[in-house]
Amino acid sequence: MTCTDFLSQLTDYFDGKVDPQLLAEVQAHIRECRHCEVVLDTTRQTIAIYRENEIYEFPADLRERLHAAIMKKCNSAR
Amino acid sequence: MPAIQSPDTEEIHPDVALVARAKQGDTAAFEQLVRQYERQIFRVAQHITQNREDAEDITQDAFLKAYEKLEQFQGNSKFSTWLVRIAVNESLMRLRKRKTSKTVSMNEDVQTEDGSIPRDFAEWRPNPEQLYGQSELGDILRKTIQGLPPGFRTVFTLRDVENLSTEETAEALGLSVPAVKSRLLRARLQLRERLSRYFKQKNLEANS
Repeated sequence: MTCTDFLSQLTDYFDGKVDPQLLAEVQAHIRECRHCEVVLDTTRQTIAIYRENEIYEFPADLRERLHAAIMKKCNSAR
Repeated sequence: MPAIQSPDTEEIHPDVALVARAKQGDTAAFEQLVRQYERQIFRVAQHITQNREDAEDITQDAFLKAYEKLEQFQGNSKFSTWLVRIAVNESLMRLRKRKTSKTVSMNEDVQTEDGSIPRDFAEWRPNPEQLYGQSELGDILRKTIQGLPPGFRTVFTLRDVENLSTEETAEALGLSVPAVKSRLLRARLQLRERLSRYFKQKNLEANS
């Protein structure tokens, strides 16, 4: 398996959806290729860091203001 | 909506009942849906437009549109996916207006030069959360996602920030599953490459 082949399987690998026949090859490539092992690890961290950190605040006052504005618009559209 | 579910059908999503009540004019039911999803819709709009005022307007418009078109919602998809689709369309339209000379669509920027081929193979150790304070990390994450082309940013937001499935993301964006997967891979790899600059650099400084 080449590094390009490995990258093409990366999304399915994260989803646990790699074809069983290919999975052994993917795992072997990770063991053998230091570069792809790092890419795998840092891509996993990339996903995790965006999932775990709320990068835009949604403070309570904004929420209330927004909620009131939405309901006002909807009520006047009835 | 069938009144009787056969035992092997999936559990009915609680939104189904709320939507049915809202369709009959129950404003309280619709308001509950608003409460449930206003944060998510605001976050999606802000990720795509990168602008708080735009995100506020889009959130209002998206819910208004959903309210007005509720009759057209057939329940073939989840209510939340339908709502996200409306918000994404509003967001992309807003971006289009902002960049009058440039089109912005989910099919744009697919042909742009490939920045997703990995070039940086340095590890991130210690991990970024240990290296940076919360606010500094937030700045880096915002700046980095801002640099992604809108089409990639949108796929990444729905799939990885909002945790929609690949199929739901495809449905919300009107793309095929393979198209979502290809954009997602490139978005993830581009973000990884850009983040590496920060996290690796700090690493080197820490080691020197």
